[in-house]
Amino acid sequence: MSKTTDALLDGTGRFLDDRLRTARPVRGFLRKIFPDHWSFLLGEIALYSFIILLLTGTFLTLFFQPSMTEVVYHGAYTPLRGVRMSEAYASTLNISFDVRGGLLMRQIHHWAALLFMAAIMVHMLRVFFTGAYRKPREFNWLIGIALFTLGMLEGLFGYSLPDDLLSGTGLKITQGVLQSIPIVGTYGSFFLFGGEFPGHLIIPRLYIIHVLLIPGILLALISAHLFFMFHQKHTQMPGKGRTNTNVVGAPMYPYFMAKTGAFFFFIFAVLALLSTFAQINPIWLFGPYNPSGITAGSQPDFYMGALEGALRIMPAWEWNVLGHTFAFNVFIPALLPLGIIFTGAALWPFLEQWVTGDYREHHVLDRPRNAATRTAVGMAAITFYGVLWLEGANDIIADQLQIPLFTLTWIARFAVFLGPVVAYWVTKRICLGLQRKDAHLLEHGVETGVIRQLPTGEYVELTRPVDEETQAVLEYNRVGAPQLPASPAAGDTGEIPAPGTRGPLGRLRLGLNRVLTEGIPIEGDGHGNGHGDGHGNGHSAPAAVTAGEQAATEPAAQQGGTDGEETGH
Amino acid sequence: MSPERNRGKKLSGKKPRRRHPAAGYAVLIAGLVAVGVVYAAITGAGSAATAATAGGPSAADIAKGQAIFADTCSSCHGMNAQGTTAGPSLVGVGAAAVDFQMSTGRMPGKDLDAEMPRKPVVFTTAQIHQVADYISSLGGGPAIPSAAQVSTGGADLALGQQLFITNCAQCHNFAGAGGALTNGKYAPALTHSTPTQMYEAMLTGPEAMPVFSDTTVTPAQKRDIIAYVTTVRAEPNPGGFSLGRVGPVTEGLVAFLGGIAALVFAAIWITMKRREA
Amino acid sequence: MSETEGSEQQLPAGNGADELPESRAPHRVIGTPPPARARTLLEAPPGEGEPPAPRELPAEPANLPQAKRAERVVAALFILSMLASIGFIAAYVGLEVGTVSGTARSNLVLGLAMSVAFGALAVGAVIWVRFLMPQVELTEERKPLASTPQQRAEFAKTFTEGAEASGFAKRKLVRRTLIAATVPLALAPIVLLRDMGPLPGTSLRHTAWRKGMRLLVYGPNTPLRPADFAIPGQMITVVPDGYQDNLDALAKATTIILKFAPGQLLPPTNLNWTVDGIVAYSKICTHVGCPVALYEQTTHHILCPCHQSTFDAARGAKVIFGPAARPLPQLPLGTDAAGYLIATSDYHEPVGPSFWERG
Repeated sequence: MSKTTDALLDGTGRFLDDRLRTARPVRGFLRKIFPDHWSFLLGEIALYSFIILLLTGTFLTLFFQPSMTEVVYHGAYTPLRGVRMSEAYASTLNISFDVRGGLLMRQIHHWAALLFMAAIMVHMLRVFFTGAYRKPREFNWLIGIALFTLGMLEGLFGYSLPDDLLSGTGLKITQGVLQSIPIVGTYGSFFLFGGEFPGHLIIPRLYIIHVLLIPGILLALISAHLFFMFHQKHTQMPGKGRTNTNVVGAPMYPYFMAKTGAFFFFIFAVLALLSTFAQINPIWLFGPYNPSGITAGSQPDFYMGALEGALRIMPAWEWNVLGHTFAFNVFIPALLPLGIIFTGAALWPFLEQWVTGDYREHHVLDRPRNAATRTAVGMAAITFYGVLWLEGANDIIADQLQIPLFTLTWIARFAVFLGPVVAYWVTKRICLGLQRKDAHLLEHGVETGVIRQLPTGEYVELTRPVDEETQAVLEYNRVGAPQLPASPAAGDTGEIPAPGTRGPLGRLRLGLNRVLTEGIPIEGDGHGNGHGDGHGNGHSAPAAVTAGEQAATEPAAQQGGTDGEETGH
Repeated sequence: MSPERNRGKKLSGKKPRRRHPAAGYAVLIAGLVAVGVVYAAITGAGSAATAATAGGPSAADIAKGQAIFADTCSSCHGMNAQGTTAGPSLVGVGAAAVDFQMSTGRMPGKDLDAEMPRKPVVFTTAQIHQVADYISSLGGGPAIPSAAQVSTGGADLALGQQLFITNCAQCHNFAGAGGALTNGKYAPALTHSTPTQMYEAMLTGPEAMPVFSDTTVTPAQKRDIIAYVTTVRAEPNPGGFSLGRVGPVTEGLVAFLGGIAALVFAAIWITMKRREA
Repeated sequence: MSETEGSEQQLPAGNGADELPESRAPHRVIGTPPPARARTLLEAPPGEGEPPAPRELPAEPANLPQAKRAERVVAALFILSMLASIGFIAAYVGLEVGTVSGTARSNLVLGLAMSVAFGALAVGAVIWVRFLMPQVELTEERKPLASTPQQRAEFAKTFTEGAEASGFAKRKLVRRTLIAATVPLALAPIVLLRDMGPLPGTSLRHTAWRKGMRLLVYGPNTPLRPADFAIPGQMITVVPDGYQDNLDALAKATTIILKFAPGQLLPPTNLNWTVDGIVAYSKICTHVGCPVALYEQTTHHILCPCHQSTFDAARGAKVIFGPAARPLPQLPLGTDAAGYLIATSDYHEPVGPSFWERG
């Protein structure tokens, strides 16, 4: 670098360091190692979408009027001239048709919201399936669930602001659901809307919640999320040279900074492309909100789709008891399915710890196949959510695919229960099968396609052991957990059961442990040469022995979790 | 007939009574016309319940219409349009209903399904009007709207928008993109409907669609609705491709299949390990 | 935080000897130069002191010809981005909006310019990282996140000493009165929310309909005679006279009327509340309140588009499918002296979604 640049940097550095003692911490930051895997960038999609939401949102606030005062429209969009509408709706029309770049900003804002939620979903799934939520990252997992919930609310309130027919219908549904809650429902509804629906207060209230309250909380939570990730360092995929006590990758400066910056521009470019070529939320076609009107195909944005589907799938259950109504048909679908998923997700890291007895730190990720039960449970949850999601679009599906409407609902009513069970079973079998494949690969090596004839006349295929990188990946972390001590055998009355395995809860724990840690063991030493018939001579014996020895010498702690009493035979 | 045969037959003295191939049809038509004329004479003209066309349909048109009807429609609707198990009675449905069904190609209907879809039109406009005249002659009913009735010049778009959203959008969707009904029925998209067809549909309530008579939704108001639908239909989509104008479902699909997929590819590219050359 | 930010500490020996607070004592990791040497960005003058320490990050990528090619590509992409950004500004200034087609054009050009501007930057940056920067793989050690027992003990000591010094645990009176003071203070903000809205009272039990109120066709807002609504299969949305512009009233009072042929209306439809086969039902769905208006005149089904609750209009709008648990309330109809359709009273039950006090 040139002498002037050097001098400038030197001067700035000294100026800051004299006041803030920046040299060491900033150097630590610059040298921070970030492991590299494409799936680690999914969270960044959410982060950068959020930043874009802040930027475009600020632009929109300069023009939007959060008021439900009725005006008669005389603006640029001719089909609605002379129509009575709220100022909120009129100002949104103004942004779309009278402000240069306004429609683009509106569309980028809405596409960014969809991308934000979609990215949170795929990021959450990646974290779940790789076990990245385990200690020490449970806080981040919980923060993530909070971000998901808040994001849903933020999006719902955001697209309700223009006060158009479609989103107004959604607000009416929200009001109806709120009203149905026992004891407090009517009060809640009247307090939120400032009286009867629609009133004239809900849009200004949603506005301040949408631009100040929730974004503030989101910013705080995202900052905490990132800080924890920095402090604890990112997890890494298993591989050669990667252990639970190191991080392998490229440093922040200049590599990660450049890559993350590039990804930000990618996200912005994709959003700009979507906003150029894919129209979103054309509120001028919906018309202003009117409680007497409704459109066919009334759906919320996709991240609320599961709630919508739950409302559609529910049979008509209502109790009228002693002058009071329990509207099960409304508040059960509103609270139960997502309640189960979010509560289950929040409890999962702790549940898994309790069941496996594994309270260690984990910094190397699992391959999903190596945690068969966890992956299967995840797929079951996805199926449950997915069935409800599709049911939320059932009238669109019925119209496009020409399937009768009620048939779809009946299918969904069964699929929502049977689907997760089937998904669990199928996924688990697939995972175990893949584990078997990996074990086979480690034990017998890769087939080379070279055939050799032995003196005895037999043909064998030569195999070679897998390369080091693959071996490191295949061997690492088999559902890693120290095995809970098994309950004493039936006839063995003298043994004291281990702590934590006593009583009904303890037996439940043992049972769950067996299920959760089910996996295919990699045959260790001895077995490599044990099954000698036919293919014992095919592979180069020293390599097999080394592989076997290596497998055997892996510390038991890293490779525990095989079912039954694995005593290293 | 060959001369030999003819000669032979003539020589034998017996005059061969060979019927003309068209003889049967001629008798049938003559009979139908006779019946039709007699019937029309007895029952009189159809009730002029709604807008009358200038001058009534000619007897020739009615006859031609009857012929087409007998050929194509009577198998399901009965010889006198009284209806069978396969098709409803058409007495009193009016010329507007016939014009709507036939000009959209729904009729002649093919497979008996939950609902008759729009299909390529089989008959010419003149033929359709003839059948319409015939059916109208049987029991009256709403007439085909005139050009003035469906012209949208000077229409009140604001009122049209309000009426459309209140009474039409719940089935046909906010932009006329159609929607599902029960048991396999559906409200069709309005993309190909002409103003006349829209007017006729409102007037006659085809299949499951309710009726919006001229005394409830006046002709002027119908024009307003038609004006709104045709204006919105023709409008460009300023935000890009419309994604079907069905709302958030397709938008969510595009967010995943377009947005997330593209970014996943970008992420894979960014983090690919480059093999040293 | 500063301890853990720097990734340079090795796994501690466990005897606390390395835990010099705020120490400027140098820590070393294999590969870094000795800290005693003053580090500047300038090259050390030749012949001074020890030979330079090995670099962690090489200065040049391995494949130099490829890098040269890549440099040209990256430069071209950055220039493209610059042109696109200029194009964006030009399009903003030059393209008018104010019509649908103008907006369409402006959106297309502005959006494309923005996409190219960002996209070219992004692709250029990625090529730069992948081809102009040397590939490295470094290793950083992790420490266990848990503090050492010594550190934990020190923390506990500081905390308990402070608690004792504060007297919070010892002095029960002060502690208890403090808690007593904070409880109503914490409740006060919740109480402040009371005026967010009125109490529901009985307002959910009534709509705007009253005896003698005319039914207006919503939109043109004109009254209706039975003779104007005489064809079986007709449907229209009606609102109470005087409330056609009151959205709050319409949210409960909007009604649909349907015309049936004689004999088609069956119990439990209240035939006393019909006029000439014209029956009126609430348009507000009893599930969660969407307008329910998909009327199929052939089956007499009214379908709600939100969650597919289906009602049989010929039989008192009772529920035949879907999540709604109650039939649509029926509005009693009559005619006034001038022959127009009127309501003879309000609905005889609350309309819309269920609520706790509904009964």
